[in-house]
Amino acid sequence: MFKKINNLSKSAYVALFMLSLYPSKVFSDWDALNMREGVTQVSRDVFELHMLIFYICVAIGAVVFSVMFYSLFRYTKKRNPNPSTFHESTKLEVAWTVVPFLILIAMAVPASKTLTEIYDDEEGEINIQVVGYQWKWEYKYLEDDINFFSNLSTDQDEIYNLVPKGENYLLEVDEPLIIPVDTRVRFLITANDVIHSWWVPDFAIKQDAIPGFINTAWTRAEETGIYRGNCTELCGKNHGFMPVVVKVVEKDEYSDWVLSKKEEAIKLAELTEKEWSLAELTQRGEGVYQKNCVACHQMNGEGLPPIFPALAGSDIVMFDKDRNVEILMEGVQGAAMQSFANQLSEVDMAAVITYTRQAWGNAENGDGEYVVPSDIVEYKKPKI
Amino acid sequence: MSSVIESHHDDHHHGPAKGLMRWLLTTNHKDIGTLYLWFSFAMFLIGGAMAMVIRAELFQPGMQIVEPEFYNQMLTLHGLIMVFGAVMPAFVGLANWLVPMMVGAPDMALPRLNNLSFWLLPFAFGILLSSLFMEGGAPNFGWTFYAPLSTTYAPPSVTFFIFSVHIMGASSIMGSINVIVTIMNMRAPGMDLMKMPLFVWSWLITAYLLIAVMPVLAGAVTMMLMDIHFGTSFFNAAGGGDPVLFQHIFWFFGHPEVYIMILPAFGIVSHIIETFSRKQLFGYSSMVWAMLSIAILSFVVWAHHMFTVGMPLAAELFFMWATMLIAVPTGVKVFNWVATMFKGSITYETPMLFAISFVVLFTIGGFSGLMLSIVPADFQYHDTYFVVAHFHYVLVPGSIFSIMAAVYYWIPKWTGNMYDERMGRLHFWLSFVGVNVTFFPQHWIGLAGMPRRYPDYALQFADWNMVSTAGAFLFGASQILFLFIVLKTVMGGKKATPQVWEGARGLEWSVESPAPYHTFSTPPKVN
Ligand code: HEM
Ligand SMILES: [Cu+2]
Repeated sequence: MFKKINNLSKSAYVALFMLSLYPSKVFSDWDALNMREGVTQVSRDVFELHMLIFYICVAIGAVVFSVMFYSLFRYTKKRNPNPSTFHESTKLEVAWTVVPFLILIAMAVPASKTLTEIYDDEEGEINIQVVGYQWKWEYKYLEDDINFFSNLSTDQDEIYNLVPKGENYLLEVDEPLIIPVDTRVRFLITANDVIHSWWVPDFAIKQDAIPGFINTAWTRAEETGIYRGNCTELCGKNHGFMPVVVKVVEKDEYSDWVLSKKEEAIKLAELTEKEWSLAELTQRGEGVYQKNCVACHQMNGEGLPPIFPALAGSDIVMFDKDRNVEILMEGVQGAAMQSFANQLSEVDMAAVITYTRQAWGNAENGDGEYVVPSDIVEYKKPKI
Repeated sequence: MSSVIESHHDDHHHGPAKGLMRWLLTTNHKDIGTLYLWFSFAMFLIGGAMAMVIRAELFQPGMQIVEPEFYNQMLTLHGLIMVFGAVMPAFVGLANWLVPMMVGAPDMALPRLNNLSFWLLPFAFGILLSSLFMEGGAPNFGWTFYAPLSTTYAPPSVTFFIFSVHIMGASSIMGSINVIVTIMNMRAPGMDLMKMPLFVWSWLITAYLLIAVMPVLAGAVTMMLMDIHFGTSFFNAAGGGDPVLFQHIFWFFGHPEVYIMILPAFGIVSHIIETFSRKQLFGYSSMVWAMLSIAILSFVVWAHHMFTVGMPLAAELFFMWATMLIAVPTGVKVFNWVATMFKGSITYETPMLFAISFVVLFTIGGFSGLMLSIVPADFQYHDTYFVVAHFHYVLVPGSIFSIMAAVYYWIPKWTGNMYDERMGRLHFWLSFVGVNVTFFPQHWIGLAGMPRRYPDYALQFADWNMVSTAGAFLFGASQILFLFIVLKTVMGGKKATPQVWEGARGLEWSVESPAPYHTFSTPPKVN
C-alpha cells in the first residue's frame, strides 16, 4: 500500500513541478522531498493522513483546474464571440457548498482520531524533561537522576566555509538524547529563557518549549537508529544552530548507558574534591568557554555589544571575583545572560571563570584572582 | 502624476494646487490614492531588497554574506514591511481611487482624515527603518514578535518598533473609518448594498475587520511596552505572566489580518474576470455571502497558528474544524470565478493573465492551508518551509498579483493612457515563472524537514534552495520592469477611451479617461 502511494506521489510531484527541464538526477531523490514516515505508529498515522489530504487536494484541483483550462481554451473571444448570459444557479451553489463540506468531514474524522491518540499523555516507562536554552537542549532523566546538555557539535569553520562540511552538517550534537527501543517514553518539555520548540520528525513530535509551562509528548520508537531534528521556534541569533539528536538503542544497551552515566557522575564528584592548579583550570576552562560562551561573547572575548558585552577588559572579570561568580550562577535579570548553575559542574564553572579571568590580558590588567571548584561548592551551600 | 484635465462642467471647483504642496495638503481621493500606491511600491522594493538578502544568504549552506543576527533583522523587517507597508497601503490606495468612483460619490467622506492617515505612514516606516542604524540593530524577533524574545530579550530598538506599530495602526483605523462612512453614506441614489460592485463590498468588510483587530494589535504592543519599561509581567513567566497569552492576542489580530490582505483581492479579481470574460459575474450574492462568512469565521480560527503550544485537546479540535470550514466559502469563490469564465468570451490582456494565475495559485495556497489545518499533520508542517510556501502562495500570487492586476486594469482610467500590452505580458510571465520557481520547491524542502527562519541549513536542502534563490532574483528583477511600465504609462501612451475595456461595467468607466480631478459632483443615476 505504502509502496504504491510512494510511487504515485513520485509521479504526482514530477507532474506538478513546472521546471521539469531540470535533469532530475542533479537533484536529490524525490522521496527525500516528502514528509518522512518515521519510526512510530503515530508518525506513520500522520504520514498517512498527510498523503490522504494531499491526494484529496490533488483530485479537487484536477477537477476545478480542468474545467477552468477547458473554458480558457474553448471560450476565447475567437471561438466563442457571443458569451452566454447565465449568471446564477441555486442548484450549483448548493452543490458546491455541500459537496466540499462532506469531503471535509471525511478528512476531519481520521484527523480527529489520530489527534486523540497523540494527546494520550499517560506516564511513560521513562520520563525525560527537555529544557530549551539559548541555544542548546538539556535532558533530565527523571527516574535515573541523569542530566546533561546537548550542544551543536558542528565546527564553526564548517559554518564559515573554511573547511568542507560533514555529512550531518548542523544536525549533529556533542551528546545525543538516548532512549530504548519499544518503550513508552514521555517528554516533559519546557524552556529556560525564550520559547523554543522541540521537533523530531521521525517521531512526529513537535512541541513548543515555553518558559513557565510544561508541555508533554510521548513516543514509542520501533526501530533503533539516530534521528535528527531541530528547534522550530525562532529563539534568537542561533536558532538555526541547536539541533535535536535522538539515539534509539536496544534495551540492554540503554541500561548499560545509564550505569555508565552514573559512574561518570561519581568521577565528577571526585574531580571536584581534587586540588586544581591554575594551569589545569585554565586549560579545562578554555574548552568549557568554547562550548558554552563563544556564541555570545565570542572567541576573542570582545562580545557583540551592546547586547552581548565584552569580557576582555571587563571590570567585573578583572576586579570583582564575587560578582563574577554570582553572574554565572544566577544570570543577569532582563538580559540574555542566563544562569549556568545547572548547566556546568562545579569543576567546569570554576574552570571557565578562571579561564576568562586569565585570558585576553585580563590577568595582567586585573587582580589575577582565580576560582577553584570548592569556591563554587561553597557558593551553592544554602545561605543562612 | 498625470496631466489633469479640469472638469468642464463645474468651473466653481478647483484643480490641483501646484508643486509639493499639492501632495502634502491634498484632500482629493485620487491624489491620496496615488500617494498610497507610490508609497506602497517604494516599500515593496525595500522589503523586496531585504528578501534578496535573505535568499542570497540561503543560496548555499554555510554563512556567506550576513551574520545570523543581521539575517534575523532582515527576516523581521521584510515581513513587517511587506504586510504593513506594501500590501495594506496598496489596497488602501486602490480603495481611495476606486470606492468613490464606484459608488458615485464626489470624494471620500472624510477628506482631511484621509490626508492624515496617509501622511502618518512615512513617519511610521521611517521610524521602523531607522532602527537598522541603532545600537543593537533592528527588531530581530520575526514579524510575529513572540514574547519574551520581543520583550525581555529584545534589542533596545523594540521601543521604536512599538511606536511605529501604533502609528501604522492609527493610520489603518482612520482609513477604515473613512471607507465605511463613505460606503454607508455616499452611495449614489439607487445603489443598494446588494448592487454595490464587489470591490466595494470587499472593502466594506475589510474595513470592519481592520477596526475590530487593529486595536487588539495596539493592545499587544502596549503590553510589551509595559513589560519592557514599566516592570509589568504580562508575558513574563518569571513574574507570573504568560508567554502564550501573547500568541493568543497576536493571532486574534493576525488571522483576520491575513484576510484583510486577501478580501480586497477577491473584489479586484471578480471585476477583472467578469470584464475579460465579457460575461456577468456568476453568483454575485453568493460571492458577498462567502466574503461575509470568511470574515466572521476569521475571528474563530486564530489558534491554528498555535497548534504546537500545548492547548487542550478540545481547543485543538475546535480550531481544526473551524479552520477547515473556511475552505467552504473559499471554494465557493473559486467555483464562481470558474463558472464566470465558462461559456464566456475571453481575451487575455495583462490584467486577466494576472487574475487567472491568481485563481490557480491562490487555490494552491488554499490547498496547502487546508493541509495545515489538519492538526496531526501540522505538527510536522508547522514552522517549516511548508508554511512559508503556503503563505507566500496566498500573498504573492494572491494579494500582490491582484494589486498588479488592478494597476494594469485601472491605470488607463487613472492616467488616460494605455500601458504597453507587450511589456505588460512580459512582466506577467516573468513574475509568474519567478514566483513558482521561488516558492513551489519550498513545499518540498519544508516537507523534507527544513525549519523556517534559519540562516543556514543541512546539506540535503541545498539543491532546491539554490533554485528558490534563482527564482527570487528573477521575480525581484521583473518588478523593475513593472516600475518602468508604470512610469512609461504615466508619461504617455495610446489614449484610453472612457470605457477602456470592451466588457467593463461600472460607474468608474462612465467618466472620461483620465478621470477628472473631481468626479460625480452631482450623483449619477443607477438603475
Ligand atoms: C483555505 C484557506 C486557508 C487555510 C485553511 C489556512 C490555514 C493556515 C494554517 C493552519 C496556518 C498555520 C500553519 C502553521 O504555522 O503551522 C496558516 C498560516 C498562514 N496563513 Fe493561511 N490559510 C488559508 C488561507 C490564507 C490566506 C488567504 C492568507 C493570506 C492572504 C493566509 C496567510 C497565512 C499566513 C501569513 C500564515 C503564516 C503566518 C506566520 O506564521 O508567519 N492563509 N494558514
Ligand atoms: Cu490564520
